[in-house]
Amino acid sequence: MTTVVQPRQAARFVCRSYMAVVLVPEPPIMEWVAETAQRIKEAESFLAGTPVVLDLSAVTLSKLAIAQLIFELEQRGVRVLGLENVDPVSTGASLPPLLRSSRTASAIEAPAPRVPDERQGPATLLLDKPIRSGQSICFPDGDVTVLGSVGSGAELIAGGSIHIYGTLRGRALAGSNGNPHARIFCSKIEAELLAIDGYYLTADLMDKGLHKGPVQAWLDGNALKITALD
Amino acid sequence: MTKVVVVTSGKGGVGKTTTTASVGAALAQIGQKVVIVDFDVGLRNLDLMMGAERRVVYDLINVIQGVAKLPQALIRDKRIETLALLPASQTRDKDALTEDGVRRVIATLRQMFDWVICDSPAGIERGATLAMRFADAAIIVTNPEVSSVRDSDRIIGILDAKTVKAERGERVDKHLLITRYDQGRAARGEMLTIDDVLEILSTPLLGIVPESEEILRASNLGSPVTLNNPGSSAARAYFDAARRLMGEDIDMTIPTDKVGLFGKLFGRRAA
Repeated sequence: MTTVVQPRQAARFVCRSYMAVVLVPEPPIMEWVAETAQRIKEAESFLAGTPVVLDLSAVTLSKLAIAQLIFELEQRGVRVLGLENVDPVSTGASLPPLLRSSRTASAIEAPAPRVPDERQGPATLLLDKPIRSGQSICFPDGDVTVLGSVGSGAELIAGGSIHIYGTLRGRALAGSNGNPHARIFCSKIEAELLAIDGYYLTADLMDKGLHKGPVQAWLDGNALKITALD
Repeated sequence: MTKVVVVTSGKGGVGKTTTTASVGAALAQIGQKVVIVDFDVGLRNLDLMMGAERRVVYDLINVIQGVAKLPQALIRDKRIETLALLPASQTRDKDALTEDGVRRVIATLRQMFDWVICDSPAGIERGATLAMRFADAAIIVTNPEVSSVRDSDRIIGILDAKTVKAERGERVDKHLLITRYDQGRAARGEMLTIDDVLEILSTPLLGIVPESEEILRASNLGSPVTLNNPGSSAARAYFDAARRLMGEDIDMTIPTDKVGLFGKLFGRRAA
């Protein structure tokens, strides 16, 4: 068995970016709350466990009104992680932090992730076409299976594990929601980068002996390991 | 039924314009009614390749903006009756192209010709995306080297996402044309092999055009290689590609030039 070990350094500060859902309240505010609550009820899994940011650009609210709005949302099961586009005067220690310099996620040039299966259990996104250079597939809800190849310069991000039946030439990032048990499988590895739960290996650090062979990658404690599959 | 074909690649200098001229001329020589459209607004080349640069009066942008009618802008080829050219503007830039204008021009051309072949500019910006926007099929021109292949992979992804056909849930027929292929260098491992390229791009092969000095000679003369030297290896490759595009089943070979004893002794003539 060939393994590549990447030890974790002691005490480090790490910047990470996360995907968050942004809600934009519009006046009249109570009607907006009711409507939003109704829509969340209709799609139960939507927003479940997802960080929510309130963009207050469309409304002018006092500190008290913001606190009330957050309370109303929490009553309906929405937990607010941060605020955006609000006068710093209206925020304070009792309110979620003010977020700045957000970027809207770019549109993905790829088939939209399908709605997860109705049945309970882990969701899987099945992609039956090759993933082309420049495409970015992000599926935070579960596993991703690709029947074709993943091109050089393409990117695959999954909350769960990643299975690639063709050649992996781009990047594969599994366990992106903080899942250390996620794994990456591919039938031919020429990857640029592999990552599980934030621990990564670039092509330079991968064992040359495994190049172009079938492998799996998993996280052993703090080390990303790659071994041949046969 | 008319087919709109975009000739595209992502990377520049791989042979899009040469391919547009040669495949367009080959189809016309077989008897099809063909128009080749230059989408490289601001850097037009197709008119030079066709030897029509002195006959350009109106261009694609004039037609889109309503300054000229389409028949006024079309240049009939003097050598092949069924071939026409719609030149690009050299004085504007790609922002002058509008989606609505391109849609109207393509729709009219569909009624006049059997084949509408669009020569895409390099890159993935407005000019390139509008050239492919209304295509039924695409010829992806690739050289057997890694940067060209990766750019082609990117373009194939865009063809599957940003064309009208893709947005309707249909598929643009994609054909891979490998150009500037040098068998000797591929054998020595200095180039990607055909199998490497096909494995990476997983797209059906339309043809393999060997590296040939006849191509350079032909473009300097303003004549597509299929007209200028129909017997040359490159011309035969383009004729085969044109026939495959029409749906004929032709064995995939890499045409070669026969080098006579003198050629072997004295090397190749300079272009």
